[in-house]
Amino acid sequence: MSTQSAADGTRTGPPPVAWLAWAWVVIPFLYGLYQLVIKIPALFGG
Amino acid sequence: MAAGFLQRERIIAPPGWSRWLIPPAALSIHLAIGQAYAWSVFKNPLTATMLEGNPAAGTLTALPFTLGIVMLGVSAAVFGTAVDRNGPRWAMFIATVCFSTGFLVSALGVTLNQYWMVIVGYGFIGGIGLGIGYISPVSTLIKWFPDRPGMATGLAIMGFGGGALIASPWSASMLSAFGATGDDPQASGVALSFLVHGIAYAVFMSVGWLLVRVPPDGWRPEGWHPSEAKTGSLITTANVSANNAIRTPQFWLLWVVLCLNVTAGIGILERASPIFQDYFPDAGTQVAAAAAGFVAILSLANMLGRFAWSSTSDIIGRKNIYRVYLGVGALLYLLITLLGNANQALFIIAAMLILSFYGGGFATVPAYLRDLFGTYQVGAIHGRLLTAWSTAGVLGPVIVNAIADAQIAAGVEGPGRYTVAFWIMIGLLVVGFVCNELIRPVDERYHEPASQDAVDTTGAKRA
Repeated sequence: MSTQSAADGTRTGPPPVAWLAWAWVVIPFLYGLYQLVIKIPALFGG
Repeated sequence: MAAGFLQRERIIAPPGWSRWLIPPAALSIHLAIGQAYAWSVFKNPLTATMLEGNPAAGTLTALPFTLGIVMLGVSAAVFGTAVDRNGPRWAMFIATVCFSTGFLVSALGVTLNQYWMVIVGYGFIGGIGLGIGYISPVSTLIKWFPDRPGMATGLAIMGFGGGALIASPWSASMLSAFGATGDDPQASGVALSFLVHGIAYAVFMSVGWLLVRVPPDGWRPEGWHPSEAKTGSLITTANVSANNAIRTPQFWLLWVVLCLNVTAGIGILERASPIFQDYFPDAGTQVAAAAAGFVAILSLANMLGRFAWSSTSDIIGRKNIYRVYLGVGALLYLLITLLGNANQALFIIAAMLILSFYGGGFATVPAYLRDLFGTYQVGAIHGRLLTAWSTAGVLGPVIVNAIADAQIAAGVEGPGRYTVAFWIMIGLLVVGFVCNELIRPVDERYHEPASQDAVDTTGAKRA
């Protein structure tokens, strides 16, 4: 049995839809992270 | 038609499909269902509206969350085999339907003033979505990333931790905007919030089941060959079924390891704010704000530990990373027990590391299962192992709260309130360490027959 490789495809590197998909999850995540991080300075008397 | 659209055969990736589309697909599910840990924002609005004056409001508002976590473990165990059989799109779709429906039923319950509908909706129906959603991307990620399984599953499971970070401020501002909080809280505001959550999460999660694909048989990453896969005495090239896996000592040793690692983490996480205030009552005039900052920094450590330690396990091996979680974790507990409140910076660093090990334990376990049992039914095996989480979810808080409450009743002040509980945690981590040391390769009699033309754990064809 031969094995199929990613090299069979014509594309190298993530396609544009991958960037959109990542933005879909990263943007809300960064919002949550920001909301978390702004609470931390209080721990050090900020 | 619809069933066909969800079938595994319909989502075999065409040539050239980027595997980097799979982590965001997984994250769109995990970031959504991670909302469960932000349930507490609904407690006060529910108490102030439909449960106003009810003396059992505290317990009643905790019930949807508790039932949800129980259903997470139960449904992951019960439906794990179906998830492996039907594929990730089916699983992600079912998770989306259940999780969103849970909110919609809760919205209806609040509108009709029927609190049992909130419990059944969010807790039971939504909880099934939690369990199926949690395990839905695991085996797919492992198959797409045979070269970095720890990193891939760590990324997804980090999303579960991140879900609460998003939901907590988002839900709180929505409840406020809809009039569910404040001086004159309205039940209609809670209902509307549940409704919007149901719709928003349905849309957000749909990207997951639309994007997800499984690799074709024999696929491997470009420039990578199975012979390059990290080898070790625990890493099998065979496959073990879920039914056989639970007959092996390895499964139960790992069950104990996960249970005790989670118990130790929850011991601090569940009572983080009062622990900080008992340790450092003089932390400025804003001790409550400082304690909130402590909770936040622990959440960050928990989340980052999932990705960082799980990725590290791809380099140093699964058994070694659990040696760190359990062995160094025990030493860190010993440090904060002996140190007391003598050094705040050391206390914070130690607590952060303990919580990072807690998160890392969750995130690394799918890759550990793959090493031991292969990819054949790793999702189903993972589902059954998650019952350890449900057990720890009860064990950890009970140990810390019961002992701390007894110490408080006895008039103990400061760090002394937690000394006994922390010594117990050290003991549990040592037991977990020993169990990890006892894990050996799975006996060949549990392996699936090698005659079929199946794909082994490293992505290569079996002979």
